[in-house]
Order: sequence, then structure tokens, then C-alpha cells
Amino acid sequence: MDAITLRGLRKHFGDVRAVDGIDLTIGQGEVVALLGPNGAGKSTTIDLVLGLGTPSDGDVSVFGMHPREAVDRGLVSAVLQSGGLLEDLTVRESVEYTAALFPSARPVDEALEAAGVTAIAARRIKDCSGGEQQRTRFAMALVPDPELVVLDEPTTGMDVSARRAFWQAIHADAAQGRTVVFATHYLEEAETWADRVVVVRGGRVVADGTPAELGAMSAGRVVRATLPGADADALRALPGVVEVEVRGAAISVVSTDSDALARHLLTTTAARDLEIAGRRLEDTFVALTSEDATAPTTEGLPR
Amino acid sequence: MTALPTSTARPAPRRPLLNPTVLRIELRRLVRNRRVLVFTFVFPAVMLVFIGSQITGQDDVLGPHAVANVGAYVMASMAVYGAVMASTSAGASVSIERAAGWSRQLRLTPARPVSHVLVKMLVAVVLGTCATLVTFAVGAATGTAHLTRLAPWWQMALVIVVGSLVFAAFGLFMGYLLPSENAMQFLGPLLAVLAILGGLFSGPLPTDSLYGQIAQYTPIYGLSQLAHWPLTLTTAGTHDAFHVSWVLDLVVWGALFVAGAVWRFRRDTDRV
Repeated sequence: MDAITLRGLRKHFGDVRAVDGIDLTIGQGEVVALLGPNGAGKSTTIDLVLGLGTPSDGDVSVFGMHPREAVDRGLVSAVLQSGGLLEDLTVRESVEYTAALFPSARPVDEALEAAGVTAIAARRIKDCSGGEQQRTRFAMALVPDPELVVLDEPTTGMDVSARRAFWQAIHADAAQGRTVVFATHYLEEAETWADRVVVVRGGRVVADGTPAELGAMSAGRVVRATLPGADADALRALPGVVEVEVRGAAISVVSTDSDALARHLLTTTAARDLEIAGRRLEDTFVALTSEDATAPTTEGLPR
Repeated sequence: MTALPTSTARPAPRRPLLNPTVLRIELRRLVRNRRVLVFTFVFPAVMLVFIGSQITGQDDVLGPHAVANVGAYVMASMAVYGAVMASTSAGASVSIERAAGWSRQLRLTPARPVSHVLVKMLVAVVLGTCATLVTFAVGAATGTAHLTRLAPWWQMALVIVVGSLVFAAFGLFMGYLLPSENAMQFLGPLLAVLAILGGLFSGPLPTDSLYGQIAQYTPIYGLSQLAHWPLTLTTAGTHDAFHVSWVLDLVVWGALFVAGAVWRFRRDTDRV
């Protein structure tokens, strides 16, 4: 039984295709990052998984059930990006309120402890920092003792130490076999905390693999040079060339054989000011998710 | 399909309509709200004592055979005002919850949205009862209100608590309708205007005056008349004429508010 199964999932808001055909299977016990820039469709996908919206087309199932049913049974819970807290309640009351709505809830003290908010339980939400509010949301999410926790950009607005404390709480919890799916636009977060990274752009999955596999996609180096009248197609035809960008006289070419490319440019063309730089995982991400990126490829990335 | 592993084979939950923990926290929230406290408890009590101190001697007599004095009449007005404010506040608190994304959060629990409405109505009853009792206690303790019979006390209290539920529906309607974070900022002044229009603060209204004509179509009029009617008891055991139109006023407005609340509530639950 998979935790999440999405088939041909689409969600349109008028002309906006927020989710535009996502197929994705997430098994139990996986820690998966949904990585993508703002507006990539991460939050909409999460809403559909939680039953907070209905798909325009396609299927969502959570543990083989309709999301609403999975929520009712306490199998899935979520830490939403913002909101979801009442300022006039204390941290403990927020968790108590949630616990009261589940027929078989975990003890409130246990959820407070697991989320690391025991010390601030008596504090009003409005007096809590962003990180403390987020850990309160996490405590509320732990109340039904769910099999799957979904987190939508959970660390937005947190400082570095709050972010680390938050992820440590999540990680300690995931070690007990809980499935965790989180959306983020922080590459580093995906790399550090996920077993699997699903890159989303324009409402579609453009890459899917372990952080190492995604890193392998950024093989090659970037060769930049000044070359007036560069022929992009000719450059693209060269062996090892992955990507070509021509902006006026400035060219930027990604190649798995940068030496051969540099030799070619310097000996057979008028290219000058040549420089060669290594690529980072971040470049892959930027390349995959930027507006003018070439057609995405998921080849060679086992699901 | 293969058998579910035991961890995911959880039963569908029973969903109780009402939860004592939720009710307790909801009540505590309202009591923490200073604006609610001021308008439901402090303002009616202070006004009662102030107005009561202005009416003395012959001015304080409702009629030769009346069992109640003018102070009791004012007390009923203030109790209605406090209870209506309390009920509306309880209902309108959904606007804050919607703005804060709390309604969405509740969607991630097995709780049924309709049970949340029920909680709000119950909170309205409890708070409305407290507001009424506080005003009555102040009226009795300061000697502002004199009643030589006991029956009008509980009759008034019953009418006010039950009747102000109509305004819990009004609060819910506005709470689901208004996009603002705190609908009460707008509803407080609106209720004050409606109270004045409905003749709540003006003593018995002649229905042939323009004021009286307008008043009888406003939502607080019916409740105001019904709440004051027990005070028309005389030592002979008779009352002033009872008008069914008072009940009708309350019921029709109540039906409109409930319909509005249901309409907005449905849209709200569809949206998320």
C-alpha cells in the first residue's frame, strides 16, 4: 500500500494550470521533498493530497483511500504554510482543541514533547516566534499519530537555528517510520533532509530521484565566452553539449566534455574571454525550474 | 487490492457533534476578548446604573397597578443589548477563524463543519445567559429595578436568552460573509444602530408614529417588545395586549439570518 498515489492529476483555476498532469507514487516510510520555485504547483498538489481541494482531472489516493477519508481516520495530517492558528489560544490549547476533534488522539503532552514545545505550552500563539508557531503546527499534526505528515514550506521565515531545530524534530519523528512529504524552495533543505527529491515546475514533475541522482544530472561544466554571431544550433550539435544559451555576444554552454568544447571554441571560432566553471546542484535546479529551460528530461532517473 | 497493513487499518471515527473541551476553549476565548466583555457585561451594567440614577420618584412609576418600575424596564433593555452583543460576537468569531486559516485547519480533522456552528450557538447561549444574569444582578443589587412579583424575572431571562439566538445566526451570517478579520468592529456599531431603530432604548413606542412604523420592521424590535412584555404585569394579574407580530418579527428575521448563514457557510465549505 503506497502512502500517496497521484495519477494524471490536474487542477486548473480558470486559465491557470496550477497542477498540469502529475503522476507520482510515494511509498510508506519515504521522506520526500517537493522542490520547486514559487508558483510551481507544490501547494496546490498538497491541498489535493489533503482533500482541501478537488482535482479538475485525475486521481488522488492516500493509503488507497479518498484523501478526506484518510484525514478522518487520522492517517494523514499536515503543517500548512501559514495560518491555521488562533492568536488568542495558547500553544497547549491549540493542541488540546485539535486532540478533542480526533476520537483516538495521542496524549496532548506527548505531542507537545515530540514537537519540542513543552516549555512554551502556556504561551499565547501571538507571543510565539515564527519557528515556535511552526513547531506548534507540527505538534497539532502529530495529534492523530498519522502515518503520513505533509509539510508545506515549513521553514519559510525561520532563522537558521530555528530551521535546524525544526528539522531535527521532524527527523527524529520520521525515524520511527512515518512517511514525510514536504514542499520547499530551499534546495539545501531538500538535499539534507529528503531521501528523495521530486522537482516540480509549471505544475509538472520535471525530475525525480535521490539527491545523489539529481546531483549527477549536473555533471559537466559551464563554458562561458564572448562570441559575436554565435550559432546556437551548431554549438548544440557538438559532442557532450547539454545546454546552450546565447545572449547577444555572450554564450554559455554546458558540456560534459568542457575541454573539447573549449578547444573547439578557441581554435575554430572567434571566441574570446573564455572561462570554465564547475556546476553545482543548484545549477541543475535553476536549469530545471527556470522559465526558459529546455525540455525537461527525467531519463536515467529511476523512480 | 492487498490487505491493509495494521497501521493503516484504522476504523472510521465516530464523530460526536459536541465536544466539551472545544466548548470550554471557545468560551475561554470570548472571555479573553476585552471588547466582548466591555459590550456584553460592563456597558449594559454601567448604563443601567447611570440611567437608573436619573429616574426617581414619580418618574419611576410604570403605572398605578404595575408590579415593575421604570428601572426594571431599563434593565430589560440593557439585558437585551448585552445578550444580543454576546450572541452576535459568538457567531461572528468565525470571521477571525476564517481569516486566520483556522477553518482550514479544522478541515484536517474529522470534525464536521456543522458541529462547529453548533459550538458557536452553544457559546452564544452560555454567554448570552451570563450577560442577562449579570445585568439582572446589577439591577437588583443596586435597587434600580423593583419587581413585586418573581415571575417576570425568569420570563424576561428566558425570552432574552432564546431570542438572542437569532443574533447568533446573524453573527454567523456576517462572520461567513465579511472578509474582514474581525467582523465585530463593524457589527458592534451596526447593532447599536439597530437597537436604537428597534426602540430598545426609547421606552414604549406608539405604533402610529413614524419612528414606531419604522421600528417594527427592524430585527431588534420583536425581541425588545417580547422582553419587556412580562413587566406589564399588574397587581391584578393582567398584562398589556400581546402582539403576535413581535414573534413574527423575530422569527422572520431569524429565518433570514439562518438562511444567510447556511448560504455563506456552504460556500465557505466548498471553497476550501
